[in-house]
Amino acid sequence: MKTTVKTVEHLGRGPLGRDELAALVARDIPPGAFVNLGIGQPTTVADHLPAGSGVVLHTENGMLGMGPAAHGDEIDPDLTNAGKMPVTELPGASYFHHADSFAMMRGGHLDVCVLGAFQVSERGDLANWHTGAPDAIPAVGGAMDLATGAKQVFVMMTLFTKDGTPKLVPECTYPLTGLACVSRLYTDLAVFHIDRGGVTVVETYGTGVAELASRLEVAVRTLGQEP
Amino acid sequence: MTAVFTDPGEAVAGVTDGSTVLIGGFGMAGMPVRLIDALIRQGATDLTVVSNNAGNGDTGLAALLAAGRVRKMICSFPRQSDSWVFDGLYRAGKIELEVVPQGTLAERMRAAGAGIGAFYCPTGVGTPLAEGKETRTIDGRDHVLEYPIKGDVALISAHVGDRMGNLVYRKTARNFGPVMATAATLTIAQVHHVVETGELDPEAVVTPCIYVDRILDLSATEATS
Repeated sequence: MKTTVKTVEHLGRGPLGRDELAALVARDIPPGAFVNLGIGQPTTVADHLPAGSGVVLHTENGMLGMGPAAHGDEIDPDLTNAGKMPVTELPGASYFHHADSFAMMRGGHLDVCVLGAFQVSERGDLANWHTGAPDAIPAVGGAMDLATGAKQVFVMMTLFTKDGTPKLVPECTYPLTGLACVSRLYTDLAVFHIDRGGVTVVETYGTGVAELASRLEVAVRTLGQEP
Repeated sequence: MTAVFTDPGEAVAGVTDGSTVLIGGFGMAGMPVRLIDALIRQGATDLTVVSNNAGNGDTGLAALLAAGRVRKMICSFPRQSDSWVFDGLYRAGKIELEVVPQGTLAERMRAAGAGIGAFYCPTGVGTPLAEGKETRTIDGRDHVLEYPIKGDVALISAHVGDRMGNLVYRKTARNFGPVMATAATLTIAQVHHVVETGELDPEAVVTPCIYVDRILDLSATEATS
């Protein structure tokens, strides 16, 4: 018998905190997956991966099997993550040069990458590297390579800017990082799946689908609803 | 034939004005600081520098930038919390910048070292960094044409070298070293120490000696200076 999964509205609570959001992303990473966690908030997802998940972390500066942040005597200037912070290695780790590191990314071998964003469009376009401000120095790093190469791109961000402008938009107005690459969007107020059919609300936190729909300029479906 | 040097100045002798210099490192990990310091003293200017970042703090690549020797930076991520030297030059209009996605930067150098004329790459399609580039749809996916980046000189840092020029690296300090070593006419590696030929496990050599022209032995350098 086919069970119909419905969108869940968590109404008797506030929006997700940053830790709760990281835990939610961690919950959705398949056991044994090869995963790249972007700089900043996505890095905190590692703290919520269950012990024994078998998830192998990739850092694009050239390592699989990255362990937690290094402290005190563990700090080794030759062992850093993509944010240039000292980290540790886990049993089974491996090192490789940059062209190999990005070949495994571009070649579709990474299961999931988790990135932050300025904007995500309803088609899954991602804008996360440049505000486009005339005085901003452009710096892309590995963002485009990750967005293009990973099998699945998860994005973590707040759903609205501080002044209430939606960051899930019909068309990105910031310079793009990648086209139609985001498959899941994790925000403080809701989790969305994005595919060719559009945007689906999976769960909401501290708000409901109707209220979200009224604040967004993109059409959203609920789980189980026909396109 | 690889030459082993103990004097940093001799190791970088002959770098000419206007050269394209590939500089290894990801932040400070794998940054060939002693070779860069020697290049500053050597005086070559009007350089195009290819490196992942555009200098951190006031040492290494940042010091080369501060000395006014760099005409153009080709890098993936110039803007960092400690990249004040580059930031100042850029805002003053004193340096050109070409931003390249990190993996494309590595692959363009790999292509140079591997004799590839150009390659179609999906990264950056539809973004400002693909503007003006030739595109082609292959297997239903759009790609942009990317050209090799060849260096006149590569300055890299490795952990141990042998007298023939074989190199091994340490942890994530490997980063761009092996790729840059293949992509330059003159590859100069600083290593923490040099061992006799035959002492490195051939199975563990990452950069074979064919790519390495000069080695600076830091253990000997530090003993004499």
